[in-house]
Amino acid sequence: MARTPHAQRRAAPALQLDTALQLLRQAGHELPAGEPGSAPWLQALIDSLVDLSSRDALTGLANRRSFELALAREIDRVARAGEPALLLALDIDHFKQVNDTHGHASGDLVIKAVAKALLECVRPMDMVARVGGEEFAIVMPNCPAAFGEAVAERVRRRIEAMPVAIGPSQQIRVSISIGGAFAPQWVRSSPALWIERADVQLYRAKAEGRNRVCLEPSTLSVVSAEEKALLFGISQFQDIE
Amino acid sequence: MSAASTPARPAAIKGPSTRRARITAVTSGKGGVGKTFVSANLAAALARQGRRVLVLDADLGLANLDVMLNLAPKITLHDVFTGKSLLQDAVLPAPGGFSVLLAGSGMVEYSRMTPEVRDQLLQVIDTVAPRFDHVILDTGAGISDVVLYAVSLADEVLVVVTPEPTSMTDAYATIKVLASTQARTRVKLVVNQTRRQGEGRAVCLQLQQVVDRFVNPTQPAPVRLDLLGQVPLDVAVRDSVLRRQLLLEVLPGTPAALAVATVAAQLLD
Repeated sequence: MARTPHAQRRAAPALQLDTALQLLRQAGHELPAGEPGSAPWLQALIDSLVDLSSRDALTGLANRRSFELALAREIDRVARAGEPALLLALDIDHFKQVNDTHGHASGDLVIKAVAKALLECVRPMDMVARVGGEEFAIVMPNCPAAFGEAVAERVRRRIEAMPVAIGPSQQIRVSISIGGAFAPQWVRSSPALWIERADVQLYRAKAEGRNRVCLEPSTLSVVSAEEKALLFGISQFQDIE
Repeated sequence: MSAASTPARPAAIKGPSTRRARITAVTSGKGGVGKTFVSANLAAALARQGRRVLVLDADLGLANLDVMLNLAPKITLHDVFTGKSLLQDAVLPAPGGFSVLLAGSGMVEYSRMTPEVRDQLLQVIDTVAPRFDHVILDTGAGISDVVLYAVSLADEVLVVVTPEPTSMTDAYATIKVLASTQARTRVKLVVNQTRRQGEGRAVCLQLQQVVDRFVNPTQPAPVRLDLLGQVPLDVAVRDSVLRRQLLLEVLPGTPAALAVATVAAQLLD
C-alpha cells in the first residue's frame, strides 16, 4: 500500500532528470511514456539515452563508440563462424575545400547527404557509422570476398553521381575515397588492427588520386579445388630422385 | 580512422644488420607436424656450432616448448608483458646449450592480436636480437594475426611440413598468405616424417609447382621454396618427445638427429 509513495519519495530527491529530458527533446527523441519516476518510465528514459549516445548528432548514423562495439562483435562472429566480413573506411575527398569555399553550413549539408546516400546503398544488416569529421565506416557482415570490390565500387559511384543541394539553386558534387579490408576468417583479431588495415587502404586510395576504391589484396588462406588437384594430382608419392 | 595512420607492417622484414641476431620464424599452418620439435633441435644443432641461440615461444596462446624441454619456468613472457619481471630474467638456459624465452600460461589473453601485444613482442625481439647470433621464433599453429605478425619480424621463414595431404595443404595456404601479405619471395622448407629418400624433394617440388601456377602470377616477384632437408620418420623422435628430452642430446646418432643437424648446416650455408 505504501510502496509506491515510498519509492517515489526515495527516487525523487536522488534523480536529477531535467537535463536528460531536455537532451531528448533537443534531439527530437520521443519522451518516455508512462508514470514519471516509475521503473518502466526510467527504463524507457535510459533506453532513449543509450540510443542517443550511440548516434552521431549531425547525421543520426552510428557514432564511433557504437561502431567499435559492433566491430568487436563482428570479429567474434568471424572468429567463431568463419563468416567473411568487410570493413570499409570512407573519407570525403577535398572536404576542407567545401568548407572553405561554401562555408561550414554547406559542409554539414554535404556530410548529411553522404550519410543518407551511404545508408541507402547498403543492406539493413550493414552498419554505417560516422567516425570523424568527414570520415565514415561501414561494417558488412557476411560479405564474401568476391563481392567486396563490387560493393565498395557501388558505394563510390553512388556518391560520385549524387548532386548535393547547398542552396536554393546551388548544387555541388563530391567524391569519396574508400579503403577496405576483410576480417581474417577464423581468427581472433582486434578492432584496432582491422581498422588500421582498412585505413592503410584508404590512405592508398587517397595517394593514388582519390575517388577510388582500394581493398586489401586478398590474403585468402583458402585453398581452392584446383590448387588441391595440382597439389595432389601428380607424383606426390613417387620418388623423384 | 585517420587516413594518415601508419602502415600495417611498420617493422616488417628487416634485413639482418650488423650485431643483430638472424631471426628465423618456424611455422607450419597445421599443428602437430613437429614444428616445436624442429625449432628446439635446430637450436641445439646451431648451439653446437658455437652460435648463441635463443628460441622464443611465439605461440602465445598454446605454448609447447616448455613441455618439450621439460622446463617449469618461474618467469615467463607473461610476466614480462604484465610488467612483473624484467626481460633478462625471463631468458632461461635450456638443455641443448641454447636459451629460451617461454610464453607461460596465462598467455591466452595475448593470443588475440592487439597493438599492445604487437608493441610488446616487437620490444622483446628488439631487446634480445643484439644479444644472440640466432633467434628462432616458434610460432603457433594456424595462420592467426599473432603468427603472421611474429613471422613478419623474422629475416627468414622456415615452414615445417609432413608428406600428408592435410599438412601440405596448410603449408601451401601459409606460403600463399606469406607471399601476399608480406611479399616473401624465399620460403625455407623442412619436410618432416618422411618415409623414403627423395620424398622431401618431391613434396617441395609439388608445392613449388602449385605456387608457380597459382601464387606467383599474382606476385610482383616469384616465391621460391628452398628445401633445407628432410627428417625421416624415426621412433627415436617419439621416444625423445615422450621422455621430454632433446633428440640431439639423448640420441644424437639416430637418423632423425643427423637429419636435423644437416638442416642446421643448410640453414647456415
